[in-house]
Amino acid sequence: MTLLLVLPILIPLATAVAVLLSRRAPRLQRAWSLLGAVGLLAATGGLLSAVWTGGIQHVQLGQWPAPFGITLVADVLSAVLLVVVGLMGLAVLVYAVGSLDTAREQSGFHALYHLLLMGVAGAFLAGDLFNLYVWFEVLLITSFVLLVLGNDRAQVKGAVTYVLINLVASLCFLAAIGLLYGLTGTLNLADLAVRLPEVEASGLVTTVAMLFLIAFGIKAAVFPLFFWLPAAYHTPPVAVSAIFAGLLTKVGVYALIRVFTLLFTQDVGYTHTLLLWVAMFTMITGVLGAVSQTDVRKILSFHIVSQIGYMVLGLALFTPLALLGAIFYVVHHIVVKTNLFLVGGAAHRLGGDFELKNLGGLYRARPGLAILFLIPALSLAGLPPLSGFWAKLIILRAGVETEAYLAVAAAVVAGLITLISMTKIWNEAFWKPLPADRSLSDGAPSMAALITPIVVLAAVTLTIGLYAEPLVVLAERSATELLNPTGYVQAVLGTAPPTAEMAP
Amino acid sequence: MDVLLALLAGLLTAAGVYLLLQRSLLRMLFGVILLSNAVNLILFVAGRTLRAAPPIVPDGLTAPAAAVANPLPQALILTAIVIGFGLVAFAFVLLFRAYATFNTLDADTLATMPEDSPADDEPPTAD
Repeated sequence: MTLLLVLPILIPLATAVAVLLSRRAPRLQRAWSLLGAVGLLAATGGLLSAVWTGGIQHVQLGQWPAPFGITLVADVLSAVLLVVVGLMGLAVLVYAVGSLDTAREQSGFHALYHLLLMGVAGAFLAGDLFNLYVWFEVLLITSFVLLVLGNDRAQVKGAVTYVLINLVASLCFLAAIGLLYGLTGTLNLADLAVRLPEVEASGLVTTVAMLFLIAFGIKAAVFPLFFWLPAAYHTPPVAVSAIFAGLLTKVGVYALIRVFTLLFTQDVGYTHTLLLWVAMFTMITGVLGAVSQTDVRKILSFHIVSQIGYMVLGLALFTPLALLGAIFYVVHHIVVKTNLFLVGGAAHRLGGDFELKNLGGLYRARPGLAILFLIPALSLAGLPPLSGFWAKLIILRAGVETEAYLAVAAAVVAGLITLISMTKIWNEAFWKPLPADRSLSDGAPSMAALITPIVVLAAVTLTIGLYAEPLVVLAERSATELLNPTGYVQAVLGTAPPTAEMAP
Repeated sequence: MDVLLALLAGLLTAAGVYLLLQRSLLRMLFGVILLSNAVNLILFVAGRTLRAAPPIVPDGLTAPAAAVANPLPQALILTAIVIGFGLVAFAFVLLFRAYATFNTLDADTLATMPEDSPADDEPPTAD
């Protein structure tokens, strides 16, 4: 059981070492890399089944009892997200192998990619705030390097914004950790859940909660802290954009969900109302930004922002149904958004551009690809019977039940505008005839490696859409776990929590 | 001591934020460095500063005999310093690359620079 919890971190690490050692043999390097991604998917699947049957799993590294040692915890939420990480890791890697230029692949892409997955997996497993900070930094530094790998002008320009803002976000996070430690004398999440309600200075606790909101809000790209995302996400190769779009902001959302269900629930009236407004503005400003863009990747980048709003909305409503919706939304969104970036990359391979006015005629040339675009695009907009429909339906229903009508209206409007901008991509890139001065390539070589992951992810979207029950059940159980933190606390601390002699 | 350190952290934060608001990217990075030192001080003060014995458990005992200093914040700060150092080193190299590419470190000028490389022999980004 201990092993299962550590494997999602160890496998990417070992893979990164293996690909670094086989730098001189590109074929071997690819083989190691793919094997590592398959292994990660298998390990996360094993962990999910263990958590499903055995309840919350945890391991104390080095046998130091909680809350003193480093704790790794997997509840259903972590385990589900880890499986999605494994799936995305494999799908995007196949795409990257088929699409990345040799220079980038040889200059460390594979090692960085697996270290990024390690950082994401570690963040989902961390049972300790400082540990969470360290994993954030692991994924941050690897994302920095992946973002500039190749040194294009656009990449350098986008990375400057991305790096400086994320450095500030990390400092906010660290300062909040310091203040929280000063208040409670512990950083273990389960221990904090016990101690925080006992802190007398509740105003200070709310202040610290706001610092966490800013730190995770920058990572998750919520209004008004999202401007770094559209500035950077369209610059790297599509495979890198896709994995960033799928996973990185969602780590921020996960951290928000974790701290605002487990720790900061003393002043829900203030904190979660603020989250509600943040969610509404995020949804609306994101889609409006997308409407004004004409580059496929920029449109998709703005839609990440807007979709984050829905997840935060689910957290802000703070009912079992809303949290269920938020978790369902996170899973649905990771799959769909990654897939849309991959389709955009395939369109670029065929049409030679990301700019909509230079694209066209893709439906005539590749009807199959057009269908593959429609599945995630309509799912993103929330049309039945695709996964996005259920995700939006659950959130909207939760909103109506809690009588947050303004937020519901914002969500509906944002969904409508999403449909408009997806239609724009469809009209311009697929439906309209090819501009006279441009020609389509046949996609060779390795078009199959580009299409396969797109097909698989579209199949996942369809499956979630047509047979949503398993995911709903998983999300329901994680929502129940999140709203009753005693289970989490007891699993980590044991029935009799040790008294801390180290309190400052 | 706590008050002095808190004031120092506040001063460093103020100076760091002031630098972050400048147009020059290099000054912004210096701001980040000052902020990171301020945050390290916050972590240090959060563990309380007191004149106590080193946190060493004598032979034959399972807990220290008298009040000891809290070693945890120091471990946290050490980790934070190492991580911060790595990130700042990377950011310096990135700014150097930005200067070499765009010949400017002014945030406003950089924002107006075109992203495509018209005269470059660099092929367009891979898909």
